[in-house]
This record gives sequence, C-alpha cells and structure tokens, in this order.
Amino acid sequence: MAGTAVSRRLIWRVATLVGARMETPTARTLVLQVPDWPGHLPGQHVDVRLTAPDGYSTQRSYSIASAWPGDGTIELTIQRLPDGEVSTYLTDIYRIGDPIELRGPVGGWFVWRTAQNSPVLLLGGGSGVAPLMAMIRARGAVRGRQPFRLIYSVRTPQDALFADELARRVRDDPGLDLRYVYTRKTPEAWPEPPRRIGVATVNTYGWPPEFEPDCFVCGPTSFVETAADILVALGHNSQKIKTERFGGTS
Amino acid sequence: MTDFMVDGNAMAGDLREIFAMDVTAATVICAGCGLVGAVATLRLWGHPPGIVARCPQCEEVVLRIVRAPDRVFLDLRGALRIELPLPS
Repeated sequence: MAGTAVSRRLIWRVATLVGARMETPTARTLVLQVPDWPGHLPGQHVDVRLTAPDGYSTQRSYSIASAWPGDGTIELTIQRLPDGEVSTYLTDIYRIGDPIELRGPVGGWFVWRTAQNSPVLLLGGGSGVAPLMAMIRARGAVRGRQPFRLIYSVRTPQDALFADELARRVRDDPGLDLRYVYTRKTPEAWPEPPRRIGVATVNTYGWPPEFEPDCFVCGPTSFVETAADILVALGHNSQKIKTERFGGTS
Repeated sequence: MTDFMVDGNAMAGDLREIFAMDVTAATVICAGCGLVGAVATLRLWGHPPGIVARCPQCEEVVLRIVRAPDRVFLDLRGALRIELPLPS
C-alpha cells in the first residue's frame, strides 16, 4: 500500500480487460490490468467511468473482489441488472482488450486488514458478497488464522457467486465456515424452506457477540438493514458492524 | 433498482479527488441531530455529478458534492465537525 501514503490527487487510469468469466448466467468477473496499480485492501472499491461518443459520461462504484498479492490484475464481479446502464455494458458488451476508465482504490472504512486478529462475521446478500470474497481471498493468501464465517444469502443455488471456490476454500482454508441462505429456491434435501435471513440463522451460524467479531454486511439495502438489525438485536456492538449497501428500493 | 452503492462509501473517489486522505473513514457529527458516525455511513442520494449525503438517523443533509467541468462545489452545511485520523 505504499502508493496510497503519497498525498497526490486521485487520477483516472485507463485499465484494460485481459480476462473475463461468467460466474452465473447474469454475473461476470472482469479481470483488469491497471497500469501502476498501487495495491488495495480487501473491501475497497473503484470508480468506473463510461463516456459515450457524444460526451455523456456516467460513473459507478464497484467493490474489488480479488485480493492483491503484490502485482498482477484486479477483478470486479458485476451483476447484470435489468435497467443498469453501466452493469449491462460491463456484462454483455465490454470485450477483452477494450479500455475502461477507472480510479482507485478508494474507501478506507469498509476494509479488513490481515493484521486484525478478531473473529470475522461476513453477511453477504447477492452480489454484495464481492468485497467479502476479497477478504476471504486475502486471508487465504496470507494463510490467516482468524476465524471467518460467511452467511451468504442468494435467491437460488444457481445465483451463488464463487460457489466452487468457496466450497474449495471451506475445505482448504482452516477456520473458514460458510452457510447459505436461500430466499426463493433451495437445493434438494435442504433442511428448511426458502426464507430470508433471520435471527435464528445469524444466531446459529454467526459468532456470539461475546467473541466481539468484526462484522461486515454487504448487499442490497433491504438485506443490509435487516442483517444489521439482527446483529444489533443479538447484542453485537454497532461500532463493530460495518455495512455497505447498493441498489435503491429492492 | 439501481446498480450503484448508496452509502457514504461511494463518495470515497470524489472526496479523495479533493482531499489528501480518505474522508469516508473520518468521523462526522450531524448538525441536525448530533449523531456521531463515519462519513461512510451517510446515506447517498443521486450520483455524480451531484451527490447529497444525508444523516442515517435524522435524514438532514450533511454534505453535498456537485461536480462541474472545471470545479467542484462542496457544501458541508450539516456537518458540525469532521474528525480525521492522522496516519502515525
């Protein structure tokens, strides 16, 4: 993170798409080469700016889903939304070799540092799992021993991002646990019907408040508010709960 | 449904363009109700070039950023105080 200590104006850089993969039918991971990338902390995001030939410009913030091993590329995982003018371009049209304007990394609040020793509770809704995945990957990269638990709410099993990698990491990264919450359709033989995240799930699969975990909650606004309320109701210190929400009304 | 972040976190880029450090991690006191919290926890309305950040408790306007081609307007009317941690 040497670069971020330098007080200089944040600039837009021209990144290039060097790889891409579909995580689900509607979510695409972009692998971007960014010149002179200073490195980032898990949880930080970038601003992406698109400019049309007529000069119309629009920008969005996207969490970085990858950890930073010291060099290489960064990854953004974009969920296509029906009327998302930026997300549909990035999932459907943006091609390998194309440039894009990007600035970052930014955001020093919703971040996890590998030097933090507290247990960590991650609550992710939909594509809100992206910055939490960066934390899980960063922990894996340094073989961190902090106890990590992820409760991941998705509509159906097919909507889960990073499902294979998460299954592998639960097996290979000691101290990482994962519990899914399915809101519309469950896998076969799942022990409970589809439901939204609730007190019982967080109580059973999260950490007790006495462990004083660092809690990170990211997802659509309704998910984040529900999950944060549950944490407070269970007795977690609101100062230890960090949230990041996206989306307007749903 | 929109595809952008809607809390103060999302202002980090626009603020970092103006300030030498990350202001979203700073503590702000709302002039409306006195709530103390991170700038990152404010609720955002709109998106660049015009952002309004409101208090999550009383919903008063805490700060506004308006970006013009050659300048930026920063209105801090609802911030009683901003406390910035200095790197040691």
